[in-house]
Amino acid sequence: MSRERAPAGSEHTSPTPSDPTGATRALGASLPNDRRRRRLGTVFLGVCFVATSIGAITLMVLLVDVFLDGIGQLDPEFLGNYASRFADRAGIRAPLFGTFWILLLTGAISFPLSVGAAVYLEEYAPKNWITRIIQVNIANLAGVPSIVYGILGLAVFVRWMGLGRSLIAGALTLSILILPVIIMAAQEAIRAVPDSIRQAAYGLGATRWQVTRRQVLPMAMPGILTGTILALSRAVGETAPLIMIGALSFIAFTPQGLTDQFTVLPLQIYSWISRPGEDFHAIAAAAIIVLLALLLAMNAVAIVLRNRFGRVRSN
Amino acid sequence: MAIVHDIDTGGSTPALEAKRVSVSYGSKRAVSDVSLVVPRHRVVALIGPSGCGKSTFLRCFNRMNDLIPSATVEGEVLFHGQDLYRPEIDPVEVRRRIGMVFQKPNPFPKSIFDNVAFGPRINGFDGDLPPRVEESLRQAALWDEVSDRLDDSAYELSGGQQQRLCIARALAVRPEIVLMDEPASSLDPIATQKIEELIFELKERYTIVIVTHNMQQAARISDYTAFLYMGELIEYGPTEVIFTRPAEERTEAYVTGRFG
Repeated sequence: MSRERAPAGSEHTSPTPSDPTGATRALGASLPNDRRRRRLGTVFLGVCFVATSIGAITLMVLLVDVFLDGIGQLDPEFLGNYASRFADRAGIRAPLFGTFWILLLTGAISFPLSVGAAVYLEEYAPKNWITRIIQVNIANLAGVPSIVYGILGLAVFVRWMGLGRSLIAGALTLSILILPVIIMAAQEAIRAVPDSIRQAAYGLGATRWQVTRRQVLPMAMPGILTGTILALSRAVGETAPLIMIGALSFIAFTPQGLTDQFTVLPLQIYSWISRPGEDFHAIAAAAIIVLLALLLAMNAVAIVLRNRFGRVRSN
Repeated sequence: MAIVHDIDTGGSTPALEAKRVSVSYGSKRAVSDVSLVVPRHRVVALIGPSGCGKSTFLRCFNRMNDLIPSATVEGEVLFHGQDLYRPEIDPVEVRRRIGMVFQKPNPFPKSIFDNVAFGPRINGFDGDLPPRVEESLRQAALWDEVSDRLDDSAYELSGGQQQRLCIARALAVRPEIVLMDEPASSLDPIATQKIEELIFELKERYTIVIVTHNMQQAARISDYTAFLYMGELIEYGPTEVIFTRPAEERTEAYVTGRFG
């Protein structure tokens, strides 16, 4: 603290040896280098604001661009028609149905498996090196590129199990893709249940299963569901693994059963975008709007769930 | 060796008897070689400075230490003359018959009714639930305050009410013994007084073992007091003897407030 720099007149308010913190100085009298510190703060605020703006503005521009391109194509016929060689007759009936099927099947397969794994790891597994290895593996699997899961799906489900390019093969592939994500979200939700609740239930003569089923899972469920929905919205946007297992983009029927061929919205979009011709790009934009609406709806449900039940009171 | 004064069990088998009980967490010994008799329909207080192992010891009586993977319990705990730690004994059954109330009120995030009904429900009670809930709440001296709002969340109750709810919840399973781990330590003086009055009434029907760090409380509510220090039982006897004529120097120093 250099006293020389202090403006004249503020001498008596500066920290002195007998008052090193300046605690007794008059309110409103600033310390010598206050202005520099404030300026630094303002600069930092500006940098942060610019960083935020870049992300937000880029997203807005993209959204507006897609919206302007695609909104004109978005009509009931577009939703109801099958794919066509002619852009003005093409629709997204098949990929829309395919996406819903995939969503349903992937959820039905991955949810019970993930919750089972999370409950085992949190409530049952002994805390030893095997459990730790499993845990590390799950965390790493969550970071594996999705195309790798596609290769796995192709080798195991399509070829080895002989499921072909079917809905069930796609759903299984996407399920193992999002399994680690849901497991970790579910574990976190289960861990957030206060231990005092478990103790109370055990103290009343509850078995481990009763404690889990009647106390832990109900309290953790909002968190588990939020994680599941977010993971599913990731699965719905996936293209690479489905291309890998050979899902087609030109499908002129809706799936009737698990072993039928299928397509999904991202695949259809990918195929239309890669064609030459403005008109196909426009309907691709329209399909993007539909996909975005679906994703936003799913995320909204997740947010509502989290806000409604998310605050587990632990007193 | 611990000094144990006359414990009057009234000629019947004691409610609980710990025989040379030791507890270790990993290689760290928390309780060593404690033997102690709990007579029926009496209140036994476990006192001692923080970390003396009194809570750990209390948890031996309903096998709550089983839930901590690193904990090992040696010795015997007799309940109706049977060792609770024999391999064929189911800890779930033990905890149903020996209830527990915890340091901080820990109601479930459910309605008041469902909190009390939880124990009977999971234990396959097939009778009429509402009378059982009412009776338990009456025994816990909470009925008059909550009878018109049984469907409200338990979290809307005050801290003291929540703790009495936890006591009602434990009583609803109809245990023979109630273990209390510093049940009033997080409550204000008025709520504490209510809990103490309640314990006095509960002794008619139940045997109570209570851990407390509050010596006045131990003196007010208990019939027998055990003083633990560094995991060992130092002295055990009628509360009046422990507080007025202790035989051990450390006991005297602790109860007169010279350390701890």
